[in-house]
Amino acid sequence: MTGMSVDQARMAAPQDPPARAQTRARRNTEKIWWQVALYALLVVISLIYIYPFLVQISTSFKTDAEATISPVSLIPQVWSTAAYERLFLRSDFPVWFANSTIVTICVTVLRVFFVSLAGYALARLQFRGRGFVFAAVIAVMAVPSVVLLIPRFLVINQLGIYDSYAGMILPLLVDAAGVFIMKNFFESIPVSVEEQARIDGAGPFRIFWSVVLPMARPALITIIILSFQGSWNELSHFIVSTQSPELTTLTKGVASLASGQLSQGRQYPLKLAAALIMTIPVAVMFFIFQKRIMNTAQGALKE
Amino acid sequence: MTATATAPRRARNTRSGIRRGEALAGWVFTLPVILILGVFLLIPVLMALWVSVSDWTGRGSPLSANVGFVGLQNYAAVTTGDGLATRDFGTALRNNTWYVILVVPLQTALSLFLALLVNGAILRGRGIFRTAFYFPSVTASVAITVLFLFLFSTSGVVNEILGAIGITGPNWFADPRGLLHILFGAVGITDGPAVLAEGDFLGLSWWNWLAGPSVAMTVFIIMAIFTTSGTFMLLFLAALQNISPEVQEAAMVDGANAWERFWRVTLPQLKPALFTVLTLGLVGCWQVFDQIYTGTRGQPAKTTLTPAYLSYDASFLDQDWGQGAAIAFILFAIIVVLTIFQRWALRDRPVSARRARQYQLAPRPATASPATVAANQVPSPPGPAQTPAADRGDDKEAKP
Repeated sequence: MTGMSVDQARMAAPQDPPARAQTRARRNTEKIWWQVALYALLVVISLIYIYPFLVQISTSFKTDAEATISPVSLIPQVWSTAAYERLFLRSDFPVWFANSTIVTICVTVLRVFFVSLAGYALARLQFRGRGFVFAAVIAVMAVPSVVLLIPRFLVINQLGIYDSYAGMILPLLVDAAGVFIMKNFFESIPVSVEEQARIDGAGPFRIFWSVVLPMARPALITIIILSFQGSWNELSHFIVSTQSPELTTLTKGVASLASGQLSQGRQYPLKLAAALIMTIPVAVMFFIFQKRIMNTAQGALKE
Repeated sequence: MTATATAPRRARNTRSGIRRGEALAGWVFTLPVILILGVFLLIPVLMALWVSVSDWTGRGSPLSANVGFVGLQNYAAVTTGDGLATRDFGTALRNNTWYVILVVPLQTALSLFLALLVNGAILRGRGIFRTAFYFPSVTASVAITVLFLFLFSTSGVVNEILGAIGITGPNWFADPRGLLHILFGAVGITDGPAVLAEGDFLGLSWWNWLAGPSVAMTVFIIMAIFTTSGTFMLLFLAALQNISPEVQEAAMVDGANAWERFWRVTLPQLKPALFTVLTLGLVGCWQVFDQIYTGTRGQPAKTTLTPAYLSYDASFLDQDWGQGAAIAFILFAIIVVLTIFQRWALRDRPVSARRARQYQLAPRPATASPATVAANQVPSPPGPAQTPAADRGDDKEAKP
């Protein structure tokens, strides 16, 4: 950028025609060089961002010894699937994976439903106390989640749902930010659509379910992504709500792997393979909805 | 419309007839959200508030009759005592403060830099770069921590690369030395001056407060910058794309060079995005938990302890529930206070008199007051008003 603009500023000065042509030629060359430099810089930075993941993939296929001796190489000298065999055949890894899947699916499905239901009510239905409910939801968004670790445990324990799927799933079912997103979206839909259905005699739920919800696809996808990613990657809530091995999720299990359980010594291929498999579902989600995700993150600014 | 005008009463009746049951539906629709937020957010916070002023030891219900009220004793134990609890809290606070001081500015600067690079209008394939920078943000913090434990292990990738250029890398995750202490040590200062070594705050001498982040904590700092820069880049990118090119062009015509245009034109327009990024960064940085739990559990020598992890550790592992809850609430207060402070510091200020004078067009050079002349001679880059100096913009910079 700098090179180009300095040059343009110089161009503004009056010059005789041949000199101007010369300057223009020089300017074009400079511009090309500038672009090349920009690309080179971007490629180098991208490599720094991507290389760790490539190393992760290759190391998961190395033997333990090779992972320690030549950590940098991207192609294993001896391809070994020992780490994966160990994970899937001789560890609790499949149980962790199943638990994460169960929790994520339940949370995502129910959260999308509850959050859009509330978002619709707050956007369209007239009822006493609506302003208060909305203000409360906004206030809740301000509470940092880490502060909730001990409090959540206390209530889960009190309710007798500690160490159960209910304790893992229920507290994650609602996300204040999601209510906010859905409310904003429903407000952007023209009212006339609902008026017609209302005149035809449809009740509030009917209007919500068969008229408005189908129109809310973009916002729903946003909520699905946020809640899938959020519950799949969640760690702290599962630490405080469960203790038995049968209820361990991927995050909790892999965290325990990292601190040495199951593995004697370093066993980097094993740990990296576990972390890699854990990344795959969110990565797939990311590549499917890439455009949407980018816009979601960008949209967050406007709210 | 006509109906409303001619017969308002009937219209209202029809309306309420059609909208019958809305009030009920409104409450039914919001009920699940209200219930869950109430039961798993509001009540828990109230219960924890009670625990933080009680002597509950983790056995039975904290609401049972044999749990006593101890006032602010738990808060006092972690802030004004001279025991381990206070020292641990002080250490955690120090560690996290250094973490915030380094992570927040660096992640903001890096994400802004990446956004500016990617935003280059003629750039092809910017989607690929955007994806590359954003990808680390979608992966779980647990997975990223496992990866970094490997990258920064003693014989890991980073040390291998450092070795290739002749540097012996440290024993990253096992090195408790503070970066600033290492720097001081390099110039021969190994013990702080008596003033710093003797005075203390939260059970930690001032000299120890000035240790800087430990080598181990530095890895977490790098990791935080690596994983968050992509998200924040997207926020800046959105803001950059909303800036109209006309203002840029106007500044260009006025002879502002790229550097001046960035500081005087682009950055002021990015202020809302900057505010968002700084706030999210600050709030996020005070909540470091997953990484510490997965990676180091506060070790080596407690230099990666954070208040969030300490609060967990005190309650769940040491069964000191009152203290754990007290730490959580102090942390909450810190986050709220800092956010409010930041809001205040970045508020929209009325333009200062000096700045206002700079922006004034100077149509009457003859009558220009000495103050105006002085203001214009301030060696700051020329403002948009000074069109006559436009072509000399470059020369001016080269002179000093």
